[in-house]
Amino acid sequence: MTTATVDKTAAAAPGEFNAHQEGQRLFKQWYSGLEGANQRGEHVANVFVMGNAVEILRAFDFRLVFPEITSLQMGVRKVSEDYLRESEDYGYSPDVCSYVKADVGLILRQHKHPAAVLPKADIAITSNMCSTFIKWGEIWEHMLNTPTFTLDLPGQRSANWQVRPGDAQHMADAQWVEAQFRDLIARCEKITGRKFDMDRLAEIEDNVNKTVEHWNNVMALNRTCPAPYNAMLDGLTYIGIMNIYRGTPEGTEFMRRLEESLRAKVARGEGRVAEERFRLLFSGTPCYVSMRRLIELFETWGGVFAYSDYLTFAAGGMDAAEIRYDTSRPLESLAEVTALAAQRGLSNQFFSHERLAQQVKDYDVDGIVFHGIKSCRFVSSGMADTRNYLNERLRLPSLYIESDLIDPRYWSDAQIKNRVDAFFESLQSRGGTAPGASKSSAHTIGSHA
Amino acid sequence: MKYVGGVDVGSTQTKAVIIDETGKVVGRALLDMETSMVTVAEDAFKAALENAGIEQSKVVRIAGTGYGRYNVKFGHEQVTEITCHARGAVSLFPNTRTVIDIGGQDTKAIAVKPDGQVDDFTMNDKCAAGTGRFLGAASYALELPLSELGTLALRSQNPVRITTTCTVFAESEIISHLAKGILPEDVLMGVHQAITARCVSLARRVGINPEVTFTGGVSRNQAMVKLIEEAIGTKLNVSPEAHFCGALGAALFARDHAFGLTAEPALA
Repeated sequence: MTTATVDKTAAAAPGEFNAHQEGQRLFKQWYSGLEGANQRGEHVANVFVMGNAVEILRAFDFRLVFPEITSLQMGVRKVSEDYLRESEDYGYSPDVCSYVKADVGLILRQHKHPAAVLPKADIAITSNMCSTFIKWGEIWEHMLNTPTFTLDLPGQRSANWQVRPGDAQHMADAQWVEAQFRDLIARCEKITGRKFDMDRLAEIEDNVNKTVEHWNNVMALNRTCPAPYNAMLDGLTYIGIMNIYRGTPEGTEFMRRLEESLRAKVARGEGRVAEERFRLLFSGTPCYVSMRRLIELFETWGGVFAYSDYLTFAAGGMDAAEIRYDTSRPLESLAEVTALAAQRGLSNQFFSHERLAQQVKDYDVDGIVFHGIKSCRFVSSGMADTRNYLNERLRLPSLYIESDLIDPRYWSDAQIKNRVDAFFESLQSRGGTAPGASKSSAHTIGSHA
Repeated sequence: MKYVGGVDVGSTQTKAVIIDETGKVVGRALLDMETSMVTVAEDAFKAALENAGIEQSKVVRIAGTGYGRYNVKFGHEQVTEITCHARGAVSLFPNTRTVIDIGGQDTKAIAVKPDGQVDDFTMNDKCAAGTGRFLGAASYALELPLSELGTLALRSQNPVRITTTCTVFAESEIISHLAKGILPEDVLMGVHQAITARCVSLARRVGINPEVTFTGGVSRNQAMVKLIEEAIGTKLNVSPEAHFCGALGAALFARDHAFGLTAEPALA
C-alpha cells in the first residue's frame, strides 16, 4: 500500500524552465571547463564551499575546482566506494571524512573523475571553517605540491555570544579578514601575472547580490503549501549550481529563471508531490549516495522536505537576507560578509536550535529529521541537544537517522526504512492528514516578496 | 467468532499471535528463523492457528510486523515493530509510558503517550552491542543454552567488566576471561551488565518515565530484568506475552481495521 503518488520527475510544464535539466547542463559545462585547463594554460584553484574567497579568484579568472562537490558527485554517480577503497588501501582509516578519501582516491587514479579528468590546482584556498580543510590542503601539498593559502576566519569566542552585523567585533574581524584578502590578491597576481581589477570584483559581487536575492525568494517560496520543491533533492541541485557559478551571469540567470518557474508552479498550486501530507525539515548533511532512495522513503508517505538547514550551511553563507555586498567598496564589503558568514557557520552548532525553531514556524513543518553522518562527527554534534530542545519547546516529532555523505557502506536500507515508517506511523497517529487528502489547499505561510 | 492475526518476522525468530474480537490471545507460535522469511512467516502463522485450534478461514485480517513484515505475503497490512511493540505493551500494561524492547539484533526504547501512541523512539544503529545478539555470543562461547544464561549470571559474586562494545569481539573477550579461570557466572554477569548499560543509555535518550514495560525475547531473562530495574530505579512490567508483544500489537491493529475501530491506516 502506498499513501501518495511520488512525482519522481517533478517535470516542468511544456516550455517551462526545467531546473534539473539546466542544472545538469551547467554541471557538464563546468566539468568541460575544468578538463584540459592545465594544458590550455589556464589557472586553477581548489576551493571549499565555505570561506573560500571565490569572488577574488574569479576576478583573476581562475578555473574553480570544488573538491567537496567533485567528491559528492562520485556518490551521486554511485562510484564513490571504488575511490574510497582505493584511499583505504593506500592507508587512510575508515573513520576519515569520505569526501577527503574520495579525493585521495581520485588523485591515486590520476584525477580521473567519472565526469572529467580534473586539473591540478595552482593554489588551494583552505580555512578553519572545517579543521579537515587544513589537513586536506596538506594532503594536496604532500601528494601534488599544491601551494596552499589558509584563511583564518574568526569564529565563536565565548559562550552565548554572537557577532552582530556592524558591531565593533564584527568590524575588527572584517579588518583581519581584509588583510588576508590583500595577501591573497598579491599571491594571485604572482601566480597569474595579472594585476587585480577592483571593478571586476564589484561586477562579480553584483552578480552574487542578484543571485542571493533570487535564492532568498526561492527558499521563501517553499513556505507555500504544497511546497513546490523538495529542499533535499531539488534543493541540492540549486545550491550546487549556486556554488560553482557563484558570481557569474550564468549563476544569476539560473536562479532568476528558477524563481520565475517556481512562482508559476506556486500560482498553479502544484507541489513537489501530488499529495503533500507532511511538511518536514531536514537538519544535517545529505547522504548523496542514497539521497533519491531516502527521498522516496519520505515521499511515499507524502512527506516533503520544505526546508533544510543544509541550504544555508552549504551555500557559502549566501542565503541570509543581511548578507549583501556593497559594490562601492568591494574588498571591504567582501571581508565584512565573509567574517559574518564564517561566524555564522562556525557557531552553527551552538545556535542551531534557535534558528531551527524559527524555521519550524516559518515553514510550518510537522516534523524534523536529523541525519548524522559517520565520517564527520563535528557536523553531527549537537543534534541530540537540538532534538531535545525542539521536542520540549515545540513538542515537535523528530527522527534521527544515520548514514554517511558518500560512503554506501554506512547505508542500511532496512534499518532506515524501518525508522522512517515508524516516524510516519507516529505522525499519522498524531492526527496527520489522512491518505487521499493533501495537508491543505495551496496557501502561503508567512510572506515572501 | 472471528479472529485476526499478527506475525512478527524478526531477525532471529518469528512470532505469530491469533486474537479474538475482544483482543484475547487464543493462539501463539514462536519459530527460529529459516532461510526463507516467507516460509517461516507462513509456518509460524499455521502453528499459531494450530495452537488456537481454529481454521484459517476464521481469521479475517492479518498484519505483518518486524524487519520481515513485507514477507508476510498473506498479510493485509504492515506496521513497524516500533509502533506494534508500543501498542502491544499498552494493551498488556495500560499505564505504560516507556517501552524497552530487546530483540535479536535491535534494542529499542519507545516513549509512549498516555493515549498509547508513540511519542518518540530510539534504536541501536548499525551495531548489535546491547542486543540479544550479545547474549547469543555469550551462549556460543560458554556452550550454554540462552534460556540458562540469566539464571547462571544471577549466581555471580564478582562480575567481570566486559569492555568491548563490539558483539563480535565480545566473544573473544569472553573466551579470554574463561581462559584466565574466571567463573562462567562472573563472565556472564559482565555480559548482562554491558547490555544493560547500552540499553539504559538508549532509553535515557527518549526519557524513562514509569511505568516501564520490558518486551522482546530478552525480557524472559531474569538477570536482565533485575539489572535494568536497578539501573533505572523503577520496577519493570514483564508479561509472559512479552516475547510476543510485537505480534500482539500487529494483531491489535488488524483487529481495529477488521472491525472498523479506527480508520484504515495508510502504511507504506
